[in-house]
Amino acid sequence: MSETHDPATSSWYLDGAFHHWLVETFRDWRTDGREIHDQGTRDSCRRLLEREARLLDEWRLGDWLAMFAPECVCWAPSTDPAGDPRREIAVLFDDRRRMEDRVYRLETDYAWSQQPRARTIRMVTNVEVFAVPDEGDALMTRSTFLTTELRDGELRRISGWNAHYLRRKGDGWEIVVRQTNLIECDLPLRNPSLIL
Amino acid sequence: MPLEYPSPLAAGSPALPDLEALVAEDRVHRLIYTDPAIFEIEMQRIFGANWVYVGHESQIPAPHDFVTAKLGLRPVILSRGADGGIHLLFNRCTHRGSTVCRKAKGSAKLFQCAYHGWTYRSDGTLNSVPWPEGYAEGVNDSRFNLAQAPRVESYRGFIFATLNPEAAPVTDWLGHIREPLDDWLDRHPGGKIELCEANRLKFKGNWKLAYDNSADGYHVVFSHRSLLMTENRFNTDNKGMTYYKNRPDDGPIHVRYTGNGHHYKDKRPAMDKRPGALWESEGAHPGMEPHEAEIRAKLGDKADAALDLVSAPPMNINVFPNLLILGNHIQVLQPVSVNETDSTWYGTRIVDTENELGGTVDALNLLRMRTQESFPNFGEVDDLTNFEQIQRGLEAFEDEWVYMHRGLGIPGRVRELEDGTITGPATDEVFMRRYIREWQRLMTAEPVIALKR
Repeated sequence: MSETHDPATSSWYLDGAFHHWLVETFRDWRTDGREIHDQGTRDSCRRLLEREARLLDEWRLGDWLAMFAPECVCWAPSTDPAGDPRREIAVLFDDRRRMEDRVYRLETDYAWSQQPRARTIRMVTNVEVFAVPDEGDALMTRSTFLTTELRDGELRRISGWNAHYLRRKGDGWEIVVRQTNLIECDLPLRNPSLIL
Repeated sequence: MPLEYPSPLAAGSPALPDLEALVAEDRVHRLIYTDPAIFEIEMQRIFGANWVYVGHESQIPAPHDFVTAKLGLRPVILSRGADGGIHLLFNRCTHRGSTVCRKAKGSAKLFQCAYHGWTYRSDGTLNSVPWPEGYAEGVNDSRFNLAQAPRVESYRGFIFATLNPEAAPVTDWLGHIREPLDDWLDRHPGGKIELCEANRLKFKGNWKLAYDNSADGYHVVFSHRSLLMTENRFNTDNKGMTYYKNRPDDGPIHVRYTGNGHHYKDKRPAMDKRPGALWESEGAHPGMEPHEAEIRAKLGDKADAALDLVSAPPMNINVFPNLLILGNHIQVLQPVSVNETDSTWYGTRIVDTENELGGTVDALNLLRMRTQESFPNFGEVDDLTNFEQIQRGLEAFEDEWVYMHRGLGIPGRVRELEDGTITGPATDEVFMRRYIREWQRLMTAEPVIALKR
């Protein structure tokens, strides 16, 4: 990964090696042997996921972005299982710059799909924590979510599960990758303009 | 047992408004978007007795490959038979009516009904029924085969089907829309692409709202204002669809109506012809910089032309009623009800069997996935929201008419060319006025529908 390019304005870190690492890391990772039982670690992960959900519910999108590592990915596959984003269209596959694009667009006031904006309540539960082989400063979590969205007089639910790849930062964690697996990933979505 | 029964539908007909009066020179009636009875007729006459896009050959490359789909509202299986022939089978057991295939895609020599075990071959013929001695006259009769479309024809990988055995050949029906379609394909190695996964969207609105919009140059800077701002947030003014800014009708972009409901928006005259110009007009995409560097290192001065394959070709090609080619996407409209439509944006990949791209096809396709994800995420969501708001607005039932008269009556603005096609400037609504006449012609003609077995 390059140190000389600002990931907010360039995508140098998303090279062939990163893509390879991503696909390999998100394959067959939820094994019994890797499960972490330590209550303190599990609790710190759950606090991070709950904070992320709250920031998105409160439309604090800048603070949400700040939870991510500078060189990060948000990925929502369009298949189950997730497949290879190098060869397949995803619901979304955002680098840091495109995540900031997404937030920028929503804050222009001209993103008609979020005018009026949605009100959301995200429930995050079933948090499980897994070790990453040969990587003492990283963890992966699987959590399930049920987001209730009220927009323009209509109430609806969006659900699925998230995989987070977290890396230790100070006393806590930063998000390197968030993979959002929608239950309806391969079905037509109505107005998927919200940050999931 | 008689072979034919008169259909109970033949004598009756649903209550309908006067179809001739729904379309005027400059406007259409709101009922064409809101009336369930009109929708029902559309599903027979537009999505039955006329050619409809049903899939791409790359989805079913080998014998016995299939994908399930819909022809109008009819559940169908697009299936390649043992001999390689393509069939559009009704996904409906001849016996009691159950679907015989419940998967989205796969490969199957036989489709077996889960209810009583009848099996059908991949060409739709009946293979066997359990305990056939229970049928007095046996079942060795073609009337027990799956029903299928009498006509299925491809044009360069695009598969169309109709229930009308008398339809003109699909190449004739496509007519002049083949010219931009050929250009769209020919820029790729081998003149072909393959389909991959899709950005799948839906909206609560009539399917024609999307077709009306398909070559609409008038909405771009308004509907997509947030996208244009986002694409140019790093102090640029030339990324994405910025060629619609200022006074687009004074520029070289034009819309062309080619007949039978087909039309295209040609933005190529507004683009620089040199290799690399398309790529330079792209906004930012994930992974762009390292993969562009890799491609340039491998291809040298041939890299610009290769990178252009990642970018959206500046055309919107619209084949009535449901195939919309935008950028590198193959967008398919699937009516669900009078006010619900699925809009599936299939991605397309470059296929480089002869290695014309010097080993860069994987990097190019990676970037091509990201360029294709951009518009459904940042543009189409706003369009679909606007379509839903039209559907809502049209509930005001005393306010009957919807206008599509932009450009009408201005001398010299719309021209008929020697080949019979019609051209107008970027924001002209002439394509709407023309295609809706074709819609009306089909809706008021007695449909010819006959199933094959």
